[in-house]
Amino acid sequence: MVRENWQVEHLLRRAAFGPSRTDLARFAESPTSAVVEYLIEYQRQPDDVDTYIGRPEYVSVTTRGGAFAPNTNIEDARQRWLFRMVHSERPLQEKMALFWHNHFATAYSKVAGFAGGLQGTKMMSAQIDLFRRYALGNFRSLLIDVASDAAMIVWLDGRTNFRARPQENFAREIMELFTWGVGNYTEQDVYAAARVFTGWNLQRIPPNGSNNDPETDYQFLYNPGQHDTSAKTFTFPIYADGGRTIPARSAAEGIQDGIDFIAALARHPETARRLARKLWAFFVSEVHPADPAFVEAVTDEYLRNNTEMKPVLRYILRSPWFNDPDVWFTRYAWPVEFVVRAIREVGWTGFSVDAARTPLTNMGQTLLEPPDVAGWELGAGWFSTGAMLARMNFAATLAANQRFNLARALGSARTSPDQMLDYFLFERLSPAPFELGPYRELLAYVNTATPWTGSDAQVNAKAAGVTRLIVGSSEYQFV
Amino acid sequence: MAQITRREFLRDGVAAFTVSFAAPAFLSDLAVAQGARARNLVVVYLGGGNDALNTVIPYLDPFYFSRRPAIAVPAGQVLQIGSDAGRKALGLHPRLTGLQTIFNEGRLAIVQRTGYPNPSRSHFQGLDIWGTANPNSTAGLGWLGRYLDALPSPVDPLSGWNATRETPRALVARTVAVPAIPDARAYSLASPNSGVEAQNERLTATRIASHVPVDRPHLSFVNGTVGGAFATLDRVGSVNSYVPTATYPNNGFAQALRTVAASIVRGIGTRVFWTQTGGFDTHSGQGNTGGGPYATLMGTFGDGLLAFYTDLRNQGLLNDTLILQFSEFGRRISENGSQGTDHGAAGVMMAIGGAVRGGIYGNAASLDPNPANTTLENNGADVRYETDFRAVYSRVLDGWLGADSTAILGGNFRTGAPAII
Repeated sequence: MVRENWQVEHLLRRAAFGPSRTDLARFAESPTSAVVEYLIEYQRQPDDVDTYIGRPEYVSVTTRGGAFAPNTNIEDARQRWLFRMVHSERPLQEKMALFWHNHFATAYSKVAGFAGGLQGTKMMSAQIDLFRRYALGNFRSLLIDVASDAAMIVWLDGRTNFRARPQENFAREIMELFTWGVGNYTEQDVYAAARVFTGWNLQRIPPNGSNNDPETDYQFLYNPGQHDTSAKTFTFPIYADGGRTIPARSAAEGIQDGIDFIAALARHPETARRLARKLWAFFVSEVHPADPAFVEAVTDEYLRNNTEMKPVLRYILRSPWFNDPDVWFTRYAWPVEFVVRAIREVGWTGFSVDAARTPLTNMGQTLLEPPDVAGWELGAGWFSTGAMLARMNFAATLAANQRFNLARALGSARTSPDQMLDYFLFERLSPAPFELGPYRELLAYVNTATPWTGSDAQVNAKAAGVTRLIVGSSEYQFV
Repeated sequence: MAQITRREFLRDGVAAFTVSFAAPAFLSDLAVAQGARARNLVVVYLGGGNDALNTVIPYLDPFYFSRRPAIAVPAGQVLQIGSDAGRKALGLHPRLTGLQTIFNEGRLAIVQRTGYPNPSRSHFQGLDIWGTANPNSTAGLGWLGRYLDALPSPVDPLSGWNATRETPRALVARTVAVPAIPDARAYSLASPNSGVEAQNERLTATRIASHVPVDRPHLSFVNGTVGGAFATLDRVGSVNSYVPTATYPNNGFAQALRTVAASIVRGIGTRVFWTQTGGFDTHSGQGNTGGGPYATLMGTFGDGLLAFYTDLRNQGLLNDTLILQFSEFGRRISENGSQGTDHGAAGVMMAIGGAVRGGIYGNAASLDPNPANTTLENNGADVRYETDFRAVYSRVLDGWLGADSTAILGGNFRTGAPAII
């Protein structure tokens, strides 16, 4: 089936992980608005994707002795997430979880350094589940839950933020990176914010539990004895009436300081604008700078809806900016997006997502291990020469692995080089359009087997080779 | 925000080098002509904001101990290196034995209190400022990128070598995409086929990527990356058989330095190398009495550099090499409640090499929080800078790389530059 519904494909590349052949058939006649609703109202689809793990008709996972343990083994946690991205019936939920993972970038290594690999995996899995739960939820509530998330409290040292010696790490980053960005606050605001979060600590349950025991748990604990109860004054309004001071409170009520502070950040228009710019880059384009009219419209939508993200996403996906054909293929694919889309398009029978783990690291994206709290360097930043080699080499690995499936699927298209190339370019894979020159180079590659006999040896070699060339091309690195 | 601007820059700056990648064989010859056995610069970035006061320790300053009760290194443990011009006694962290060796050979210059006015205490903004060499702009080209752009055109794609995964701001250039090669062994090309079939495939991929698409500069940019990969593959591969003359520790930093040494020895044409080691954002549990996590960081830093220094010295290449170390900021003088330190201001830079005039440059701060103490800022919380980092850059550009620092830095920072070379 030749692909025709370009607008829907664009939507599925951006708000999902690319169209599968099932999707193409299912949405061939659908208007984009219906697909938007399908993606956004994802709770209508079952959340049972984890139960498919291990079934032969899905991509495989690889275990290292013992059962698959995504909640306690970090490599299994990474495989589980890749599996979900390939197969989830709620792709936008996974996509937003990935967006939030980059936004609130927390790295496993530091969490595991504190509590060991098993607890580190548990905490990171719980954080990603939090992002799934709030995928299109309320941003203010998400911020509050992130501020009290166990992995985050380890990551930004909240567990050592004490009354006598406030610790500024989380206080700084919640303003610089999680909400409104540098330029909106002073160093004095950072110091005051650190005091706001004194006492937002962590407890182990049971207190003497072993870190190697899966039953042991790390949970948020508000410790009133460590909270600085004095008033905190900022250079910007905290309250709707313009008040800049969080009043002195009793230690027992001190947790309200943080909630007041987060609420102020969440509803500030600069936070909305920063989110709007990030959403522009994620959903609309990295090639075109964010249109100020888009930023203001999204800001308005966000503030009118009391910091709820679902109306914001619906607005974006239905907006003229998103649906402008000029923005097709103008976002650089993140490594996990590239890998997942390649698996969905090239095929997965007999392939394990485990084979993508090391390549993903070489492409610059190890899930659950962002380089720092600012997240990954997106856009053109993904494309160093070494990372591009890793992408080309993953294309080669996958094409070699799927060689016979690809050759078999060609059917009658194996009768001529032109038909074979057209099958891969226009039916099977979804690169950005090739111009005539590069198209001729691909055709010349298939034609180097002369005379064309359509023998199994020829078809097996060329099907894998041309798949590698397309998936490893620059044209395929955009969504 | 800085990141969006970086993308915008890359988008706008891509067309130039797409064209230059069209002739890889020619460029390889050019590299040999331009770069082999030329002077090279190896940047060492300590990621996260290095605690300069526990690297170069003012061990006779009473406030050093009173303000750092848990994390101060005891005077008896520091490695003696003498005093600065102001007679302030200084010692290296006890795990920096490698640096002490280099210091004693007169090949380590320590520049105290480096920084700039109104310093940023943000990691990302701070690193970008050190990258652009412009405290008022965190976007655009890097200072080393501008140096590469000033080389005779076309610039060889291997003129810069980034041994980390992400391209640092400092290496963002207009005419060349500096390759990221954290591990030369992973820098190779795979194919689903073999023999002639694989050769045809590589040829086809090279040709497709050398095509300049119409009106799609972002596609040109990725094509440039593909072209850069093909143009550098074989030369980078040549460093894999390197046998060093010194034993490198088994960690990422030291192994990256080993690869850098290999490419210097092989003379493959690289002028500027970028290496880094992270973990310096020591907000908590820095360690005490000279032990703990910070000591491990110091060990990684010092032991790796000593292996590299020894390897190059053994092969007579020390005089071709300058190592320049920095971090995005120093840390708060007083420790926080979790035996760590928060983000501060001025830091320490170091230079190592055969041409380096070893010694201690600049004057240590007094750590007395008295408001009259002008060596501190932020109400006595942080060390105030004395030497602008751009003055150090200017010395490296003018005195080592043979460039014009005023053009590259956009101003004259030669006045007061420490005479480290």
